[in-house]
Amino acid sequence: MSIIAQYGDVFIILACIFGFFMAWGVGANDVANAMGTSVGSKAITIRQAILIAVVFEFLGAWLAGGQVTDTIRKGIIDPSLLSDDPQLLVYGMLASLLAAGVWLFIASMRGWPVSTTHSIVGAIVGFAVAGLGVDSVGWPKVGQIAASWVVSPLLAGSIAFALFKSVQFLIFENRDPFAAAKRYVPGYIFLVGFIVAMVTLVKGLSHVGLKMSFGDSLLIAIGIGLVVMVIGILMENRVDRAKRKRGGSPFDFNSVERVFGVLMMFTACAMAFAHGSNDVANAVGPLAAVISVVESNGDVGGAAALPWWVLVLGGGGIVVGLITYGHKVIATVGTGITELTPSRGFAATLAAAATVVLASGTGLPVSTTQTLVGAVLGVGLARGITALNMRVLGTIVLSWVITLPAGALLSIMFFFMFKGFFG
Amino acid sequence: MVTSNPFSALFGRSPFEPLLAHIVKTSECAERLLPFFDATQAGNWDDAATHREAITELEHEADTLKTELRLNLPNSMFLPVSRSDLLELISVQDKIANKARDITGIMLGRQMQVPESLAPSMRAYLETAIATVGQARKALEELQELLDSGFGRNVGDLMQDFIRELHDLEHQADDQQVHIRRQLFELEAELPPVDVIFLYKIIEWIGELSDRAERVGSRLQILTAR
Repeated sequence: MSIIAQYGDVFIILACIFGFFMAWGVGANDVANAMGTSVGSKAITIRQAILIAVVFEFLGAWLAGGQVTDTIRKGIIDPSLLSDDPQLLVYGMLASLLAAGVWLFIASMRGWPVSTTHSIVGAIVGFAVAGLGVDSVGWPKVGQIAASWVVSPLLAGSIAFALFKSVQFLIFENRDPFAAAKRYVPGYIFLVGFIVAMVTLVKGLSHVGLKMSFGDSLLIAIGIGLVVMVIGILMENRVDRAKRKRGGSPFDFNSVERVFGVLMMFTACAMAFAHGSNDVANAVGPLAAVISVVESNGDVGGAAALPWWVLVLGGGGIVVGLITYGHKVIATVGTGITELTPSRGFAATLAAAATVVLASGTGLPVSTTQTLVGAVLGVGLARGITALNMRVLGTIVLSWVITLPAGALLSIMFFFMFKGFFG
Repeated sequence: MVTSNPFSALFGRSPFEPLLAHIVKTSECAERLLPFFDATQAGNWDDAATHREAITELEHEADTLKTELRLNLPNSMFLPVSRSDLLELISVQDKIANKARDITGIMLGRQMQVPESLAPSMRAYLETAIATVGQARKALEELQELLDSGFGRNVGDLMQDFIRELHDLEHQADDQQVHIRRQLFELEAELPPVDVIFLYKIIEWIGELSDRAERVGSRLQILTAR
């Protein structure tokens, strides 16, 4: 108890610094993967991508990031076992933040697409097992998180498969694909607005102080979806049929893809929102845990409300990371993905975004990168992508596997370091 | 600082680009046969040799593309079409370029000149064969768009139109071949026998150009069928 009273302010300041550092890493590394598909399909420019990311990452973090933050804060470690030594929880959370931040920094420099979620979950489980004992970990929750690593790519892959198949059926196989695209794409835009609005209203907004019934949320989400759809139709009207390259071919591919380009702008926003809502929690969760322990003066089980500025700090960190470093990564990732047309990119991105916002709604931290890779594979299975390099997939999966022990080892190291400093 | 991001590398290089590049080289190869033929008829052997060199050069380039495609089609690639169909297609394409080179080789080497009375129908026959190769190239260019949309149903119909026209051209070439053979048969007695043998050979090979171009079409159909 005395340690917390003595060093309370120091802990909070350290947590803020480390949390910001980690959020910076999320912005610098992870956002690029989330925005890469949109830039790669040439639906949006890099400049637009950064603008979209800045606005919607922040909104996502602030409006819908609360649930996942709670899971990271008190879902993984069983707080009741720590009521005698609350300072250990503080050390651990500080160590986890620093470990995940350092690991993300190293990975960003090397260009590995590691998962921020894996880093932080690995770090928290690592210090908890080494420092507090195996019993301190809430294994059912960890199991749930681990299962989601398999389930979320599968789910995103299935959704992406279904979406691309529906596009093929409704638009590409139509006698006049361009007219069909203009007719059906607003429907997809509605879907984007509706899903994001629905999850945000039902699960996200509670910590901002808004509580609504399911029916009200449904009506408002439909309304938001319709508004977004109208904006989409207005933008779409500016797309005309392109002049044919050569006569004879009734298949007007370029014009169709330009209609999808409009849709892609909306899915890019949804993806940034989804990413912000899920991944900012990785940085903010441990920070919130430290704050709640210090503020309640050592009461680990305390139900202290999440201070609003914590999510703002996380969102801000992501934005700073994105502006200072992420734009370079977006440029590399974006220009590398040449195989992606707007119609494919749309299916992959919307599927990933939908999966991630759903996961955020239920409070599960999932890996955005992993979900997106699952979605891309789904589009590939629908015969939408001409070539996928499966060996690289292995590399990506490997980098995730390495991330867990790396995060754990670093956090154990930092944990004992803090324990030595503060006693 | 980020050199290569595996996430962007996940999207492998499409094998259809080299495939298209290959048929472009092949059809250029075939198109060169016409000026080559005109040069041999004019007895301008220096000119003919230049055309032959150009054709050999194009054939080499096509060969390089073929090897590249074969080597860069590892099993770790996830493709929307069957790997073996792709390899089959490129080898059929490659045979067109080979045949074009063989025709110039034998004609230049033996300083062959088609008899005056046979020349017009021979030239028309060659033109048809070259048009067939050009049609195969068009069909392949169409495939590029097909892949971009993930094989729509009516795009498949479009493909069929291309292949039907390819078939018609090949049929026309066959008719021309029968006609030329008959003409040559009537001339046989007046010509040196060895020359006649090689003339029959050239006629057969030109026919093979269009045959193989049509085969490219049927491979494409197999490729897009499933």
